[in-house]
Amino acid sequence: MASNGIRDRVAIVGMGCTSFGEHWDRSVNDLLVDAAGEALTSAGIALPQVDAFWLGTLFSGQSGLTLSRPLKIDYKPVSRLENFCATGSEAFRNACYAVACGAYDVAMAIGVEKLKDSGYSGLPNIGAAGDGTRAPLTAPAMFSLLAPAYAGKYGIEPERLKEAMTRIAWKNHRNGALNPRAQFRKEVPKETIACSPLVAGPLGIFDCSGVSDGAAAAIVVRAEDARRYTDRPLYVKALSFVAGPAAGPIDPDYDYTTFPEVVASAADAYAQAGLKDPRAELAMAEVHDCFTPTELVLMEDLGFSGRGTAWKDVLAGVFDRDGELAVNPDGGLKSFGHPIGASGLRMLFECWLQLRGEAGDRQIASVGRGRTLALTHNLGGAPGECVSFVSVVGSAPSA
Amino acid sequence: MRGIVAHAAYLPYWRLDRKTLGEALGVPAGSGTRSVAAYDEDTTSMGVEAARLALRGGRLAPRALYFATADPAYLDKTNATAIHAALDLPRDAMAVDMLGAVRSAAGALRAALDARGPALVVQSDVRTGLPAGLDEREGGDAAAAFLCADDTPAQPVLAVPIGAASATAEFLERWRLPGEPASRQWEERFGEHAYVPLGEAALTEALKQAGVTPAALARLIVAGPHARACRRVAAAAGVRKEVAGDDLTSVVGNAGAAHAGLLLADALDRARPEDLVAVVSLADGADVTVWQVTGAVAARRAAAPTVAAQVAAAAGRVSYATFLTWRGVIRREPPRRPDPQPPEAPPALRGEAWKFAFTGSRCQACGARHLPPQRVCVKCHAVDRMAPERLADVPATIATFTVDRLAFSPSPPMVVAVLDFEGGGRFPCEMTDVDPGAVKIGDRVEMTFRRLLTAGGVHNYFWKARPARRA
Repeated sequence: MASNGIRDRVAIVGMGCTSFGEHWDRSVNDLLVDAAGEALTSAGIALPQVDAFWLGTLFSGQSGLTLSRPLKIDYKPVSRLENFCATGSEAFRNACYAVACGAYDVAMAIGVEKLKDSGYSGLPNIGAAGDGTRAPLTAPAMFSLLAPAYAGKYGIEPERLKEAMTRIAWKNHRNGALNPRAQFRKEVPKETIACSPLVAGPLGIFDCSGVSDGAAAAIVVRAEDARRYTDRPLYVKALSFVAGPAAGPIDPDYDYTTFPEVVASAADAYAQAGLKDPRAELAMAEVHDCFTPTELVLMEDLGFSGRGTAWKDVLAGVFDRDGELAVNPDGGLKSFGHPIGASGLRMLFECWLQLRGEAGDRQIASVGRGRTLALTHNLGGAPGECVSFVSVVGSAPSA
Repeated sequence: MRGIVAHAAYLPYWRLDRKTLGEALGVPAGSGTRSVAAYDEDTTSMGVEAARLALRGGRLAPRALYFATADPAYLDKTNATAIHAALDLPRDAMAVDMLGAVRSAAGALRAALDARGPALVVQSDVRTGLPAGLDEREGGDAAAAFLCADDTPAQPVLAVPIGAASATAEFLERWRLPGEPASRQWEERFGEHAYVPLGEAALTEALKQAGVTPAALARLIVAGPHARACRRVAAAAGVRKEVAGDDLTSVVGNAGAAHAGLLLADALDRARPEDLVAVVSLADGADVTVWQVTGAVAARRAAAPTVAAQVAAAAGRVSYATFLTWRGVIRREPPRRPDPQPPEAPPALRGEAWKFAFTGSRCQACGARHLPPQRVCVKCHAVDRMAPERLADVPATIATFTVDRLAFSPSPPMVVAVLDFEGGGRFPCEMTDVDPGAVKIGDRVEMTFRRLLTAGGVHNYFWKARPARRA
């Protein structure tokens, strides 16, 4: 029994990503056609050359027909899947495995979500009411449970914690301001973030990712075929996905300052990729900043900061685009919103641009200095009861 | 010898100052306060709270439950079954409602005294009326519970009925058509005319049966929706002022079907052995019981917070606007969120012990507690080694918490805390009767049975946590 990984056996040879935002004039079908088309063009292939499809979406459609209908896919395998907020990454993971095992030569992973049509603030509810005994907290409220627990455990004044949360939002908006595909393309002053109306616990509206529509797609092939499609493929170094036992809400030993699922999936991914010191070895990381305390805790769970120290690293600018390790250089969920099925592939799209030196104004310097690895991370669920995904991709072929 | 072996009342945490009501409406509204059931309380949930207190520390399992209210949460569906479930009473115990009128409460107590085996009486009321009306202003929300049983060493009788009498007449004094928001009343002096002779006759007969005179009474309680008639009957008995006692209308208001029970519970809280207490319930007639208090009353006193202690502990104040919102008179703009969903009947039945009795499970292999009950142990992963364990009366502390300003709540914001229970077990749970700004990690809380919300015509009953009360 082991998690062996598929290091360097699969490569990304084309990607597409729509702009994210309030697409009142574009349907789910439009977003899928646009993202798929861009990915195909990027790989230099036509739709019939794709052998199999994995579609990730949580709310925007069921079954493979959600993709085959708008794209007019002729009698090919199309799987539709969801895994909460890791849905897009899960589509990618499954497509990679299908190629790695030799079942197909070319696969597409595509994710889409159209959230704005609901008219809701935040996400729709998931699941039935059941016996009505589960506290119906919203997503920001569930993640806000981290803040007092973290501050309490490490003896941080709530004001200092809020400062670190504010800086995370400020940094991600600053990155997003440079990204033409982002939902929000403006820097936001720290005072505006810190004083924004409260949504849940200490979380203001600017501590929360937005609600948006979007789609993104990737074409994957076996690594040895990659150069038929592009000179600069990205190689899949690691794919890890874990579902936790959801013990947090029933186990008093869980302290709401960490995501054990993230720790587990990061360890698995680093072992697969052979990473020893991710903070020093990675060029960048795209992490699941659904809410600012989430990104804060992730810095520790992903091994970028020691326990209880991420808030200091955040305030010191370690994770700024020009810092020691750029985190969310594209602007993150903060600037893009979180169309569930698309987010994981959108993160991968930033790795695609950055590691290939195509990120324009946002290009991070460490790539030029020879760093070749990037990480993406999603989590879905809530503190103590979540799924987590970590991938590592790299521009260098097998070491 | 059969009588009351346990008693308790329940008063909600919240009060409405009559002055603020008067200011809001621009009318004179008198002084004092009325008690206000929270947005998540109804007669069923308050009845559960009163009954929990009455049964606390007792040894008898009721064989029957009689629930009386003038404001039932459901019609055509028994409400007493939810109370039965929340109290985790034996499956073979009967639970019935006596609904619709204040007099039901006196009938329920009489029925429990006439029954065989331990019988639990729960009286509960939420009093409403149209804005600026007397009922709105002078009403109050409360519940009371009495366990009636034969005298045994295990649970001795506290008070024995030594005389009882009723007087019944048909007259239109107070009434309400089903579905109407408020009751109507004939002119006040007519009610006085109808009630006073009935009350006097029944009291005289009950005292005669008991073989005592009014002068022998330590306490005379006259309770009913018609305040003036009650005062007249009490005055006619000629008892001293301290015997008439405080009728709690200045702080609680008139609690309708629960009022006589509330005052009897208060009297038993204060009673000395051999005291005689007469209770006259004036509602569509008169029902009188003369109680003789026994020597067991003192020993029972520590089991539950007294009425006086609850009066003192009810520190919450609501504005008139909040009061109207809680009673459904004002409908506020909901958040841009999905509509709340009603609980589904089959999962609620499957999880009856969990949902209503707050029964989790304990792993027999390693001792870990689980809320809700699990089949696989979160700690040792043993499968199907669980034994049920009820945690409704187990205190807890707050591990972390949040104030959700986005979620739908009948009274936003929703406060949720992750609770760690004394002796093990964790559950994230809504809080109630709490100031959202005052919650802290490490705070002590206790569980309380509530109606979380009503959606799709279904009441969702479950437990919440409230700050631990000293009382």
